Amino acid sequence: MATARVSGVPVASERADAAVFSTEHRLTGLNLLVAFIALALGGLFGVTQALQYNGIDLYKPIAPVLRGGYYQGLALHGVLNVLVFTTFFIIGWLTFTTTRSFGIPLASRTLGWVTFGVMTGGLLIAALPLLLNNATVMFTFYPPLKADPFFYIGLTLVVVGTWLLLANQVMTLRQWRAANPGVRIPLAAFMSIVTMTMWVICTFGVATEMLFLLIPWSLGLVQGTDPVLARTLFWFTGHPIVYFWLLPAYISWYNFIPKQAGGKLFSDPMARVSFILFLILSTPIGLHHQYTDPGISETWKLIHAIFTFGVFFPSLLTFFNVVASLEHGGRSRGGKGWLMWVFSLPWREPSFTAQVLAMILFAFGGAGGLINASYNINLVVHNTSWISGHFHLTVGTAVTLTFMGITYWLVPHITGRKLWSPPMALAQAWTWFLGMGMFSHWMHQLGLMSMPRRTAIGAANYMQPEWQPLLPFVMIGALIMFVSAILYYLNMIMTITAGKKEAVPMAPFARAISGPEDSPRVLDNFKPWLTISFILIVINYAPTLIRLISTTPLNIPGMRSW
Amino acid sequence: MNQKQLGYLFEIAWILPSVAVPIAFLVAIVITAFAVGISVPGDAGRVDPKTLNTTAPFDKPGLRELAPGRYEAVITAQLFNFTPGELEIPAGSKVTFIVTSRDVIHGYKVENTPINMMVVPGQISRMTTTFDKPGEYYVYCHEYCGGGHHLMAGKIIVTPAQSASSGR
Repeated sequence: MATARVSGVPVASERADAAVFSTEHRLTGLNLLVAFIALALGGLFGVTQALQYNGIDLYKPIAPVLRGGYYQGLALHGVLNVLVFTTFFIIGWLTFTTTRSFGIPLASRTLGWVTFGVMTGGLLIAALPLLLNNATVMFTFYPPLKADPFFYIGLTLVVVGTWLLLANQVMTLRQWRAANPGVRIPLAAFMSIVTMTMWVICTFGVATEMLFLLIPWSLGLVQGTDPVLARTLFWFTGHPIVYFWLLPAYISWYNFIPKQAGGKLFSDPMARVSFILFLILSTPIGLHHQYTDPGISETWKLIHAIFTFGVFFPSLLTFFNVVASLEHGGRSRGGKGWLMWVFSLPWREPSFTAQVLAMILFAFGGAGGLINASYNINLVVHNTSWISGHFHLTVGTAVTLTFMGITYWLVPHITGRKLWSPPMALAQAWTWFLGMGMFSHWMHQLGLMSMPRRTAIGAANYMQPEWQPLLPFVMIGALIMFVSAILYYLNMIMTITAGKKEAVPMAPFARAISGPEDSPRVLDNFKPWLTISFILIVINYAPTLIRLISTTPLNIPGMRSW
Repeated sequence: MNQKQLGYLFEIAWILPSVAVPIAFLVAIVITAFAVGISVPGDAGRVDPKTLNTTAPFDKPGLRELAPGRYEAVITAQLFNFTPGELEIPAGSKVTFIVTSRDVIHGYKVENTPINMMVVPGQISRMTTTFDKPGEYYVYCHEYCGGGHHLMAGKIIVTPAQSASSGR
């Protein structure tokens, strides 16, 4: 049973691991560093937005640095947090989980460095126009808003860089298979490869949009573009990107949290099945972001709605499996009763607590997501602040707070320094949970009152009296998160610079009650699942894309309206 | 029963409702979409934004009464307003909104109604609803469209029904 690694690794072997995986650790560490610098900068602009809603305008004092005011800050907030932070963290994290789960280093460390180099190079290229207010087009960059070509080129390079990790994973898998004939792929490596495979498939959409529409158009090689075609290609990637963010969090929930909780993973086969379903179902559902778009038929929108409900199923499987594992942990620690076992969980452990709190808010985020996916019910909430509330529960908490929770053991492990202050980390997790819970609740509520998203509400000429009493609560939530962020960064900086030097073991991989031997081997063979995935994508996208492409006049000129 | 068999039993007990509940939701959606008629915008055709001033119906934006109580509202969106910005409609009227953009992507959301559309240059957005309750309905551009996005709004004033004109 390859998933079952021995817990409580002795310090000697820990030192040996640190030597064997030193390059992987360095790669992971650097990716995390870029990720958390992006989160810090992007997060600051989140706070200034919540203040602006309440008439406190911090954009004037920073105008010499940031000419574009609210909307440039908003573009930075989105790009840095949901694109840069997530992508760099995930590439670093999956490099770690893949190699440690296989127990062998990357097949090509050179390729590992090239991956990081291409991504960082792309980031720097995209950052320049963003900081100069020449790319205030948000992280969705819908044309005909036209940014500086370097913004599109840089982002494309970041995406291309991520593809190289899959190549490295596949080579590493081949090496591992040659040395371990007939052994089931360890769960964490399996999930890491599935996540990257799903991502590479789905980024076909945004890569096509960049290479054939936006880059030639922003360079002036073609005069016009087609906004609905561009949006369709964007959301081809834009919904599965949500799973690209979530699955790495799930990898922690499945492979580490059960053990951190003091128990075992409930079911390894169920976990594998859920990831295969994500691979198959994540992409052919993107039109549910375009329910209110013109130029796309209601029929295909409804079909995508049905498939979106389908992808809810593996999330429900995950919910069950993870909570059952938590229950096993709670009971193993002496917990009793129907629900009282919850109190036996290791709530003093910050990495565990952060991630379980992330799960709790994610339950609400998931329910809200189902509402957004509900075809006509979405008409009530589409593009209102409800949506911002929704994804602050999902990517802002389920993903971000989980990633923070992971760093509470991962950073000490790869730096060889003990976490500076566990109590501070615990306080950080709870304040993030509280601040985000509050912020998101009121954003949802304001969305139901039709308050538009991505809008400088504090300066709007239509401020509604019924919005006004709720806006301070949005600000209080944001300020609590700000405090949480300070606690996080202080703790991390102190850990890296002043933490007590000692070999810290990684969180051990969890064993499963029902192991991989209980699942069919075909789950480890990617070919049939890739075939099904490909067929579904063609069925669900080809008619719409062919019609849009064959009828497009490509006649919409670009514009800079900021 | 050993622990594994018990585990399978729990799995089945969770999986069955996990399939049944989303299906029930979907049935509800299909019923409201097709039997109640609350649907989303579809494909209403393309239009060239450069020639809007000479292309019907956008050459004459405004409200037109097609039949008693039946209206068509032709609207263009541009940085940073709607034309016309204000509409006056008697309560009980059924209104089809036909909207397009002259420049970038905008949004068109009428508060407290199902009207919620992306307004895209080159495309026609079309949706229909009935205004039963008199009052003021704000219209928001809900897609970031540039530096003045937060100034882009309109209003629909639904006047108390006069039996002669609204005919309901």
